[in-house]
Amino acid sequence: MRDVAIIGAGSTKYGELWTSPLRDLFAEATADCLVDAGVDRKQIQSAWIGCMSSGLFNGQEHLASILTDYAGLSGIAATRVESACASGGAAFRAAYLEVASGASDFVIAGGVEKMNDGADATFCLATAADQEYEVYHGVTFPGLYAMIANAHMHNHGTTYDMMAHVAVKNHRHGALNPKAQFPREITLDTVRNAVRVAEPLGLFDCSPVSDGAAAVLLAPVAVARDLGKPMVTIKGSGHATDAIALHSRPDPSRIPSVGMAARKAFAQAGVTTGDIDFCEVHDCFTIAELCCLEELGFYEAGQAGPATLAGETALGGRFPVNPSGGLKSKGHPVGATGVGQIVEVYDQLSGRAGDRQVPNARLGLAQNMGGSGGSCLVHILEVS
Amino acid sequence: MISPRYHREIPQRYRLEAGQCTGCGEIHFPPRAVCRKCAGRDFETLALPNRGKVVTHTVCWIPPAEFDNQKPYVNAIVELKNGVRLTCMVCEAPPDEVTVGTEVELVFRKLRNEPVWEVIQYGYKARVLTD
Repeated sequence: MRDVAIIGAGSTKYGELWTSPLRDLFAEATADCLVDAGVDRKQIQSAWIGCMSSGLFNGQEHLASILTDYAGLSGIAATRVESACASGGAAFRAAYLEVASGASDFVIAGGVEKMNDGADATFCLATAADQEYEVYHGVTFPGLYAMIANAHMHNHGTTYDMMAHVAVKNHRHGALNPKAQFPREITLDTVRNAVRVAEPLGLFDCSPVSDGAAAVLLAPVAVARDLGKPMVTIKGSGHATDAIALHSRPDPSRIPSVGMAARKAFAQAGVTTGDIDFCEVHDCFTIAELCCLEELGFYEAGQAGPATLAGETALGGRFPVNPSGGLKSKGHPVGATGVGQIVEVYDQLSGRAGDRQVPNARLGLAQNMGGSGGSCLVHILEVS
Repeated sequence: MISPRYHREIPQRYRLEAGQCTGCGEIHFPPRAVCRKCAGRDFETLALPNRGKVVTHTVCWIPPAEFDNQKPYVNAIVELKNGVRLTCMVCEAPPDEVTVGTEVELVFRKLRNEPVWEVIQYGYKARVLTD
């Protein structure tokens, strides 16, 4: 396999983008990405596009063709990738493998979702859970993560305030991100006093319903060398699947696919958790950030909450987590999220993350998860 | 949900029928075509015990539209006496009486009206055991 570099990145703002159609979101992110890379669109050979549910959200399938057409890329190979909320991460991995294999030199990894388009978002998102044995019984996505949270509190001593601090911290980061859906700080009392969605989770424990798109351009390292930019390479790519029903997994306080994907990525990269300078993790709900940090191996079970309370995972702390603001504050256009995380890690490693820059960032990790943990992707990126 | 799918799920939902792998003895609910433990493909039908305890739970305040008339309601993962786990609602008890370890029994109940055609859909819910 060839070594692969990221040579450009683009993203729309995330938010309720009522006047932007699905196709234009992708076109904007892709156009920004190509300008950033300084690569002519005629050189692009292929695109992998993560999107969870355009059929339900927008009534539109056959997505790869319509999106590449409106992005001015008609004619290239293009494939839509679906793995629920991990669709973007899965698209990025597919693009990486296409370049690594030697099949193509310039490949776009993109992601897009337009969730504010009239459809019932709760229903659409619930299709990422087991329709016949979870959703049929009234379970929602907040409900699944609430059951994970209750199990985590019971098994590992996590408290509600530990989860609430994740939201406060991520909003503090997101306030520094001009592309975030909710770029403003919140207080602990705001989180505590918000309406409950699925106990113990309240409104401010949940990521929002978002529109947005993100794209990065991949090329072999040999090509990237000529561009005179910071060299950001993909050191490790891990992908794992698991049962999608929470009750089909051995312990509802754990998310094994995260650990499985992480072990694959770390083994390929030849690095350990102690080498990673910062990470973007899939905080679709506040409890998810704590679970994922533990499954990734950064903390023992039950220790991510106390570390969050101590400020370790905040910008300025020992190990910044979700400097972008995370899904909570930056937003969660589900198909775009995994690619958006890569955009953030790329910007951080390139030293162009502005007010939220992690100092001396050399190795970054992105973790993107589908459903309640039925799929997970972990990528490790390095700048040299 | 459309009728063929609904019809197909009835043995599990109405009679709690699981599939036990004749090769390794693993019990699958719902039944599977291939055993996830040993990849065996031969199964015997087995009725699940209807008693168990709550493994984890939540109180749902913002449900999908077709469950709105039941809110707030408790969802839980229940572990039955033989170790099989499933997800369901916990009914006939105030939400704050349900916690990890609460003893329950599965009962046959109406779950909802199917959202498109309003077909009444049935299945199992858990009821808190009081004795």
